[in-house]
Amino acid sequence: MLLAVQGFLASIGAAVLGLCRATGSVVLFAVSGVSHIFRPPFYFGELGRQLLRIGFFSLPVVGLTALFTGGALALQIFAGGSRFNAESVVPSIVAIGMVRELGPVLGGLMVAGRVSASIAAELGTMRVTEQIDALTTLSTNPMKFLVAPRLLAATIALPLLVLVGDIIGIMGGFLVGVGRLEFNPATYINTTVDFLEVGDVTSGLVKAAVFGFIVALMGCYQGYNSGRGAQGVGRATTNAVVSASVLILAANYMLTEVFFTA
Amino acid sequence: MTPRIEMKDVQKSFGAKHVLRGVNLSIAPGESMVIIGGSGTGKSVALKCVLGLIQPDAGQILVDGKPNTSGNRDEFLARFGMLFQGAALFDSVSVWENVAFRLRRGKQKLPKADAREIAIEKLRRVGLTPDVADLFPAELSGGMQKRVGLARAIASEPEIIFFDEPTTGLDPIMSGVINELVRELVTEIGATAMTITHDMTSVRAIADTVAMIHDGKIRWTGPIGDLDTSPDPYVDQFIHGRATGPIEAVR
Ligand SMILES: Nc1ncnc2c1ncn2[C@@H]1O[C@H](COP(=O)(O)OP(=O)(O)O)[C@@H](O)[C@H]1O
Ligand SMILES: [Mg+2]
Repeated sequence: MLLAVQGFLASIGAAVLGLCRATGSVVLFAVSGVSHIFRPPFYFGELGRQLLRIGFFSLPVVGLTALFTGGALALQIFAGGSRFNAESVVPSIVAIGMVRELGPVLGGLMVAGRVSASIAAELGTMRVTEQIDALTTLSTNPMKFLVAPRLLAATIALPLLVLVGDIIGIMGGFLVGVGRLEFNPATYINTTVDFLEVGDVTSGLVKAAVFGFIVALMGCYQGYNSGRGAQGVGRATTNAVVSASVLILAANYMLTEVFFTA
Repeated sequence: MTPRIEMKDVQKSFGAKHVLRGVNLSIAPGESMVIIGGSGTGKSVALKCVLGLIQPDAGQILVDGKPNTSGNRDEFLARFGMLFQGAALFDSVSVWENVAFRLRRGKQKLPKADAREIAIEKLRRVGLTPDVADLFPAELSGGMQKRVGLARAIASEPEIIFFDEPTTGLDPIMSGVINELVRELVTEIGATAMTITHDMTSVRAIADTVAMIHDGKIRWTGPIGDLDTSPDPYVDQFIHGRATGPIEAVR
């Protein structure tokens, strides 16, 4: 009996220690990666390529997600609002909901699936095929050449993506509002513009920047420390997507606390 | 004379697996050392320890008498060229850009046209024609990739060159070309070379000295001329490729 309890406690202890160790090594990795962003040499070509890959090529995914979410949001708020005869809140709530919450969170999650997976697979393959070691022997620091540009590119790209997503999402709400719910187009746009505050937009963009950093960090960390063989790369990819998604949701809650409870 | 590279009691384990159990090895400047030994005995790990890609658990590695972890890391690495066992080409850039990778960055960065010219010249030295220069690594056969890796390792004319199985996967004629190249680098440029190989023809063509690694330690080392007359039963079994002897065939 005593032994069983001891074993149980020991396994909890081991799990906690493991978690602390993992957290510590992610933090060290992040600090090293960020410090390389600010120290020369700078690889502008790499940065440009990553901006294109993370930002530009994620546009369709983020745009479509936003479009349908904005539309669904309009329907839901209309249905909910009609219980209180408050259908007229549709434009403003759609806009606030998109810009503050759904734009950054869904955009972040979609990009987590798309980008952190591909970064983890790419760096993981480079790890197992010794390309990362080869970079080092060719006097190129892999943290600087591979990790820093990805971190920076994702932190820049996500707010831009989310901004576009916000606009498309509001447009989705507008299309449904005007097409299905018989709102007057001019009134819809006016209400949206009148109610939306600058703080709503900027808080969402700050969230997006944090999520972008998380996406690239988890992709890079898992790929860089990938286990051996195809299995190792597969595991790195899965871990990257799962950890990035969970961290995005946790960070979203914390940032929302910071921005909107004062 | 200070050895160019000296490994003193170097040990390395991965989990419960003791790969290196105290490797002692010393290579003089301008010497061509060949390391032989069964697969999985830690030959590649030993090379990576010297380059600092793997941290040994114990022991000391000296390059020109100084620990390999001291001093400026960039300057240290600039003295080395390394051919990895799996070639380790960057698959996102073309063949010539792989070869010219180091020439295109750092303090002595060359203009694109010059770097490309050098890359093509190095490709020629490993028996590849200029038309492969603009292909991507994935479009090449394994043996061709190996030779591109070799061209990349020697592109910046390093003083110390490590070749991890340079002739594995090559036909006998190409192996001959590569053996000759390694020999040339040592005799003409005066490079110090450390080559891992299983190919006994290569050993005889390349080596000044031979070291045999077994069970995590250097089992035997001596000049190439003494290899065939070595009384060591492990060496004897290995160089004649006998299935029976002191080295277990199941490892
Ligand atoms: N990064 C690593 N992680 C875990 N084990 C490793 C690692 N690198 C090498 N090993 C193990 O060390 C042993 C020696 O590997 P290696 O030096 O590649 O052998 P070889 O002599 O054939 O070059 C092998 O059993 C291999 O599985
Ligand atoms: Mg090997």
